[in-house]
Amino acid sequence: MLSRKANKDSHGQDSSYFEGWQEYEKNPYHPIQNPLGIIQMGLAENQLSFDLLEYWLRRNSNTMALLKKDAVSAFRELALFQDYHGLPAFKDALVKFMTRMRGNKTKYSSDKLVLTAGATAANEILMFCLADPGHAFIVPTPYYPGFDRDLKWRTGVEIVPMHCSSSNGFRITREALEEAYELGQELNLKIKGVLVTNPSNPLGTTMTKTELIHLLDFAIDKNIHIVSDEIYSATVFDSSSSPTTTSFISIMEAVKERNNNNIRERVHMVYSLSKDLGVPGFRVGMIYSNNEIVVAAATKMSSFALVSSQTQFLLSNLLSDAKFTEKYMEENQRRLKRRREMLVRGLRNAGIGCLRSNAGLFCWVDMRHLLKSDSFEAEKELWKRILCEVGLNISAGSSCHCSQPGWFRICFANISEDTLQLAMQRMKAFTNSIVFSSANNHTIYNM
Amino acid sequence: MRLLSTKATCNSHGQDSSYFLGWQEYEKNPYDEILNPKGIIQMGLAENQLSFDLLESWLAKNPDVSGFKRDGKSIFRELALFQDYHGLSSFKKALVDFMAEIRGNRVTFDPDHMVLTAGSTSANETLMFCLAEQGDAFLLPTPYYPGFDRDLKWRTGVEIVPIHCSSANNFKITEAALQQAYQEAEKLNLNVKGILVTNPSNPLGTTLSLEELNILVDFVNGHKNMHLISDEIYSGTVFNSPGFVSVMEVLNNRFSNRDQAIWDRVHVVYSLSKDLGLPGFRVGCIYSENDKVVAAATKMSSFGLVSSQTQYLLSTMLADKKFTKNYLVDNQKRLKRRQKMLVSGLMKTGMKCLESNAGLFCWVDMRHLLKSNTFEAEMELWKRIVYDVKLNISPGSSCHCSEPGWFRVCFANMSEETLKLAMKRFKSFVLSLSSDNGENKAYSKRNSLTKWVFRLSSNDHRHRDQEER
Repeated sequence: MLSRKANKDSHGQDSSYFEGWQEYEKNPYHPIQNPLGIIQMGLAENQLSFDLLEYWLRRNSNTMALLKKDAVSAFRELALFQDYHGLPAFKDALVKFMTRMRGNKTKYSSDKLVLTAGATAANEILMFCLADPGHAFIVPTPYYPGFDRDLKWRTGVEIVPMHCSSSNGFRITREALEEAYELGQELNLKIKGVLVTNPSNPLGTTMTKTELIHLLDFAIDKNIHIVSDEIYSATVFDSSSSPTTTSFISIMEAVKERNNNNIRERVHMVYSLSKDLGVPGFRVGMIYSNNEIVVAAATKMSSFALVSSQTQFLLSNLLSDAKFTEKYMEENQRRLKRRREMLVRGLRNAGIGCLRSNAGLFCWVDMRHLLKSDSFEAEKELWKRILCEVGLNISAGSSCHCSQPGWFRICFANISEDTLQLAMQRMKAFTNSIVFSSANNHTIYNM
Repeated sequence: MRLLSTKATCNSHGQDSSYFLGWQEYEKNPYDEILNPKGIIQMGLAENQLSFDLLESWLAKNPDVSGFKRDGKSIFRELALFQDYHGLSSFKKALVDFMAEIRGNRVTFDPDHMVLTAGSTSANETLMFCLAEQGDAFLLPTPYYPGFDRDLKWRTGVEIVPIHCSSANNFKITEAALQQAYQEAEKLNLNVKGILVTNPSNPLGTTLSLEELNILVDFVNGHKNMHLISDEIYSGTVFNSPGFVSVMEVLNNRFSNRDQAIWDRVHVVYSLSKDLGLPGFRVGCIYSENDKVVAAATKMSSFGLVSSQTQYLLSTMLADKKFTKNYLVDNQKRLKRRQKMLVSGLMKTGMKCLESNAGLFCWVDMRHLLKSNTFEAEMELWKRIVYDVKLNISPGSSCHCSEPGWFRVCFANMSEETLKLAMKRFKSFVLSLSSDNGENKAYSKRNSLTKWVFRLSSNDHRHRDQEER
């Protein structure tokens, strides 16, 4: 009676991911009301800098009331504004913001930008534009579990995983790309492109120049597209002096240096304000592309996912305040860095290491030494223990399609400092207990 | 291997080219009372601009709401983080109450059966994804909203088979027409998954009669696995008798046993774009008693969620029952007045409108002005009205009407003065025609003619097209 899409479970929601959510919802930690509850560390949200945004809002209350700079109401205008080309002032503010934030190395222009209700919509729209049902995109593992739904569900596009390994810090190599391509051939799938997340979720690392070169070489050689999901680009915190001198290199910068018009037309970027500004509820995403036809088609498709004009207006004012956004970025990055350090230290204290990271709202944590065996069953078991005994909801690497068991993603920016400290205490108690019991049971763990 | 997808490079986003032309011309030469009094008046936009003052005064009385405050406290953080595809429960509650109110509380809706989407554009497409496979078909009575060609077909691969309605019986849906459409689909080897109707109708401006609703429900009930979608986005614009009957009401009255299969196969689409005049805020929804549909559509709504900022604002506005009651009554009064103005204005020029009781437009009979009973003649007439009379109206062919000579003319997207001016222009035009004595003097404007022909054949991708209903 319903379509196959409606009946299948291939909206891809991983069952362990779900289970963790469910358990958390049943027993959520609260410092006073439920101090023994489960701490949510599976949510990649940026809750660290709301006070800065609220400060701006208080000083610009007119914007919230939909009043323009001259105190004239924009209500009527906004109420009617459903042009899928987007509010010009908002797009202008966005491109200027992106240009500044990426160190003024590339100039972004409004006419290459398509607004969408979140990056979720942006990624799906790009699939609809670049691939037909049955075609495939190569995606390096580990990757964001949501891609299984966003890229595949309604589009009929397939994902061919490109396996990255801990042996080289999960970096993208030419060999791995070729291997994935061959896998696609074997499966009789036409590979239309590669989709990367840079900075990476769940790794928390930015792509190196070398990786970008490999990626571009590969895409040029195979005549395919590159989609670079850069939604974490402003969470890069390894800058020494300013937010504009980070090690983040956008795909747009990399392709500019290539000076090859063909590949230029096949490179597309996705961005969103959900992670950098911490406003996922406002549904602000975008596609950026040098390819006119893609921009034209994606613009029409954005009809199915337009950004509320009320929200476009609010954020265009916020983002055009260059002074504020610069201060915001700086302070936000500082706070993220501090939090990450807290998590890394706390884990180290518990005998657990992390992949060295310089971005994101999470760490990629190595718990291979805590597995009973080098298997995904053992990983699931460990995950369950951490959820139910330790009371921490973290994300198992298998839900991110990691090819090696024992890695977990742990978020650090969606909870308070105190809660993070508590989480670290719980972790330490847990690993201590394992050492203790291994001493008693003669079970061997690699520490 | 082609670089882009088929969807990106085909033209089946369905945007009709003649429709565009009108838009383009308007954009180049838009009427402005002071700055451009001879410009083209936009009458092709089904927007409700009549009641903004009511909304603005409510907002002025409730400043906290836009300021992200609830009971004096800031809830900015909560809203900024809220991306749950189940939607803000206070908003869904307020919305179902509003929908019930529009239906005279003869039907009630359960918020758990509602799925929020970024506009009804998204709602309609999502329903297609949930109910049909690529290559399946939905039957739609003509004339219908041109946007459906894109919304229902483009990315879903679903086909539309028209149910031809005729002026002979005021474009009412008949069982015969329904059967014929179904057989047509069978001939084309298409699996019919359902029927989609707009009630009240765009472009007709009429509400479906009880008889028509029963025909539809019976048909769907009589076919296994067939669905009925009722797009009720104009339900709050009904300003005259016979009044609005929602398909849900019919179900309530005829099928008291909720276990009956029909309950799983009827779905309603709604939006605040027409009733409240807020298309820019992107608020639409799907309502269904079918749990599976609700579950799947909810997950799909991830691709088009409503901004939490907007959900919150509207949740408080719609929860203000005093406000909604007054708004609905006032809004309808204003729409009624405007429609009357248009109808009588056109009557004075000898143009009749289909008798309507809803919507933001009239369905106007200009068959007597056609040179011949053909769509070519309709196009010619349309171009004259755009270029010479300087009124952008929508030709029936863009709505897939099976008879030439009908046009949709909007009345709620301009000021009273502008509407009066438009009526004057119509009058002069019709007078000029009769003084021509059939020898069309307008043909002497050969420049314009060639211009139109040239434009139609070139494929200009850089037009500024817009959302329109």
